[in-house]
Amino acid sequence: MKFPILRSYAIIYLLFLYAPIILLPIFAFNDSKIVAFPLSGFTTEWFGQMWADSQLRIAAKNSLTIAVVTATLSTILGIFAARASVRYDWKGKGPIIGLITLPLVLPEMIVAMALLTVLLSMGISLSIWTIILGHVLVCTPFAVVILTAAFQSLDRSLEEAAYDLGESAASTFRLIILPLVMPGILSSFLICFTISIDEFIIANFLGSGQPILSVYIFGNFRFPARVPSMMALGTVLVLLSITLLIIAEYFRRRGIAKTGGKDTGGFL
Amino acid sequence: MSGSAWERFRRSEAASGYLLVSPPAIYVMLLLAAPMATVLFFSFLTSTGGSVSTPFTLQNYAEVWSGRIYQAIMMRSLWVSMSVTLVTVLLAYPIAYFISFNVSPSKKSLWLFLITIPFWTSYVIRVSLWRVILGYDGIVDSTLMSVGLASEPVNILSNGVLSIVITLAHAYAPFAILPIFVSLEKVDRSLLEAGQDLGESRFVTFLRVTLPLTMPGVIAAVLIVFIPTVGDYITPELIGGGKVPMIANVIESQMLKQRDQAMGSALAMTVMLIVAAVSVAFVLLNRRFLGARK
Repeated sequence: MKFPILRSYAIIYLLFLYAPIILLPIFAFNDSKIVAFPLSGFTTEWFGQMWADSQLRIAAKNSLTIAVVTATLSTILGIFAARASVRYDWKGKGPIIGLITLPLVLPEMIVAMALLTVLLSMGISLSIWTIILGHVLVCTPFAVVILTAAFQSLDRSLEEAAYDLGESAASTFRLIILPLVMPGILSSFLICFTISIDEFIIANFLGSGQPILSVYIFGNFRFPARVPSMMALGTVLVLLSITLLIIAEYFRRRGIAKTGGKDTGGFL
Repeated sequence: MSGSAWERFRRSEAASGYLLVSPPAIYVMLLLAAPMATVLFFSFLTSTGGSVSTPFTLQNYAEVWSGRIYQAIMMRSLWVSMSVTLVTVLLAYPIAYFISFNVSPSKKSLWLFLITIPFWTSYVIRVSLWRVILGYDGIVDSTLMSVGLASEPVNILSNGVLSIVITLAHAYAPFAILPIFVSLEKVDRSLLEAGQDLGESRFVTFLRVTLPLTMPGVIAAVLIVFIPTVGDYITPELIGGGKVPMIANVIESQMLKQRDQAMGSALAMTVMLIVAAVSVAFVLLNRRFLGARK
């Protein structure tokens, strides 16, 4: 081993990164209302408590609706922006794509407050649809980044071959381009879905007070008595996130393999 | 004549580009650019009982920039996010270095995947968990006491700023690692061999070749961590328990609790200004740095 110090540091760092997540399942099954060591015994009571909570079910249903609609819309907008930016040459590309991906670097609170100010002064009442408006704004940049990579790895000559063989622009897009970028589209959808489910600030301030998953968790973690069942809920959500991520990663790699590219690593 | 020019434009590449980009561009104009312009407009108006009206005034900005409470909160936000940025980037660099230089190419994406997984799990849950870990009689306290390292609860959570720094340094770790990793991957390995062939030690080669070459990645990491942490709302609220509010918490309280939209808007614009100033400073620094090396 060339650098044993560096390797041990890397392992300690990974432990630090995973510490909170490892604690979730441990205390989700721990038979005590107090979240502290030593552990007291095994129970599934917290999962039962979680399952019985009707507020949680409404919150989960609302969050799912928001996330599915957001992921669909963001991915569609992302396809438009990525295709325009990769395939065509036009003036002002830098500033316009920059503006579309700007929410990536803006403090979310400012985005949320600006949207809220405008929505309220236009007399639009808050609902899960106003949350979706905000979430699409925040998720689209991620879709654009993922899909730009997908479109960039496309071989332009495949498209030209289709034109030469008499296909129209629309049928070329449907028959050639879409299937090749499909893995990118799926991975963009899953990433946007995950971001929307987890997002708190917009869900909290642009919502009408209807229960939303992240807002519900934020509220419940404050009461010590509710913490164990939040641990159970957290365990379920983390498992769900990781499953979705692994699926997204699988599609991303398959996409790279399909277009004959080289794997360069993670999502960002 | 103009008809044919229009016809030519309609069939050109540019026209297809504009047509395609218009749905996302219009969306972001309506839902981001217009609201931001509104907030800018509101910040120069006078607040009257839950709404805003003329005359135009600079009073809001005067209050934000000279009010002692606002100054203190602004300074705290900057101080906290600068500490977070420093800690995060310092901790991240060796990891990025390890993955880029010491991990075999086939395992690199696995390592990156391992590092990004925690980031994709709910932010609210991660922050809340730090509260449980650091809090009075929490996991750190009970562990330290049961192994006899402490006789009474340490309660790190009571130190608001320290807890916020730990939590945010954890939350933003992948954001710092990835850009540094990308810049390390671009370093031409033969330069390092040349350095060592010319008699420099491994460490000196690192300082004089690797580190300068990866500065763009470090600057990117600094900006990616700094910008969102200045405006973070959840962590001061959950970890600081509302006792160490940062700027986002004050914006929220002005906008929603005091219903002073003019003041809230001036605060939001001030934050934008500070963030933009810091970003420009860093980008210029980076440019100068690269320029000096040419």
